[in-house]
Amino acid sequence: MADLKTRIAKRCAKEFKDGYVANLGIGLPTMVGGYLPEGVHITLQSENGFTGLEGICDRGNENVDIINAGGQYAKASARVNYFDSATSFGIIRGGHVDATVLGAMQVDEKGNLANWIIPGKMYAGMGGAMDLVVGAKEVIISMVHQQLNKKTGISKPKILKECTLPLTAVGVVDLIVTEMCVIEVTEEGLLLTEVHPDYTVEDVIAATDAKLIISPNLKPYNVSE
Amino acid sequence: MASKIKTAQEAIAGIKEGMSIMVGGFMAAGTPEILIDAILEKGVKNLTIICNDGGLPKGWYNEYDTARGVGKLLEAGVIDHIIASHVGLTPLVGKGVFDGTMKCTLIPQGSLAEKIRAGNFGLGGILTPTGLGTVAADGKMQIEVDGKMYVLEKPLRADYSFCRASICDEFGNFLCNKTTKNFNYLMAGAADHNIIATEKLVKVGELEPDTLQHSGVLVDMIVEGEKPWQI
Repeated sequence: MADLKTRIAKRCAKEFKDGYVANLGIGLPTMVGGYLPEGVHITLQSENGFTGLEGICDRGNENVDIINAGGQYAKASARVNYFDSATSFGIIRGGHVDATVLGAMQVDEKGNLANWIIPGKMYAGMGGAMDLVVGAKEVIISMVHQQLNKKTGISKPKILKECTLPLTAVGVVDLIVTEMCVIEVTEEGLLLTEVHPDYTVEDVIAATDAKLIISPNLKPYNVSE
Repeated sequence: MASKIKTAQEAIAGIKEGMSIMVGGFMAAGTPEILIDAILEKGVKNLTIICNDGGLPKGWYNEYDTARGVGKLLEAGVIDHIIASHVGLTPLVGKGVFDGTMKCTLIPQGSLAEKIRAGNFGLGGILTPTGLGTVAADGKMQIEVDGKMYVLEKPLRADYSFCRASICDEFGNFLCNKTTKNFNYLMAGAADHNIIATEKLVKVGELEPDTLQHSGVLVDMIVEGEKPWQI
């Protein structure tokens, strides 16, 4: 699983261009920052109130007044700037963040996203996710292709015709990156653009509960090791 | 001019059962712990708390940690209603909601910030695209401006606001270090009674004015003695 997550993070990182301002979600999305292509330097925004996040702080060097949005002690770059939550979300909502990478519970054919609540089960709250996916210029979903139920051992598709969980936002997803493939969300629907050599197109279709348009330019999943 | 300097007990003396309190901080970074402690000591109950989150539960940074910020109020069971954007770190909220012992209103973080800013600064609300087509827009007016739809988020105020400063002067001009600004710069002034708990208190004129970023006219009471976090 760790390897699959690394693969997904590496593929997501290839979407970043030099000079991007980006916001990375907790968990797998955070890993993306570690695999940026050579020559690509980005500025990370942290929604609790700064630009210039530079990862987690080594133990012993923590500054108690610098945390990231996951509540971990964080490191700041030389160009850091700190601000209040209204400015932070102004930067997000105002389109000043080029890309955000987030996880998802469900994504559907229309680019609808559900990643914040499972009624009756998980009560967490949307935090900054609703603002981020509405405000960021490019929304990249990084996730394992199917949801594994640990009790039953059965995997269920997370890419669906229509999300069944309460939505985070409507029609906001631009790109879906899983361990199996890369899918672009287009006006026509979900366009399968890359498939990892470990899988066939049929494998991807079988693991997906939505209509996939196979790109005429279908390529191997692009991860430079 | 009457002094704004109070003890924590004096500052919160007017807080009664059922009142609403805005609490600054993000996962307790920037939350004034000495005011939270004073509330617990006083034993007021049935509070409505407006905060980004539920603070931190016991043992977040290491196993010896106590709960922090709003997390302490959750443990003590003195919150009836919490208005927040994220409560995933503090399972007591989810438990309370499922049990029916607590009400929780979830608001997207950027909208929560703007609702408080609107309440503080005389606006009748703000229009945001965030939440359109989701349950976050349920029951809220939707308004079209120049062909784009927005959700109307109304202003939010409270009886009291608890903010935390790194440095504050005796007039209430204050600075929050680094990522402790978060909701503190929005909540100070957004309540009928606005209290700042500060790590360091300085005399008026002691520092270069630009050092203290936020205006003391938004502050009613100042309490000294906030401690830096322990790692």
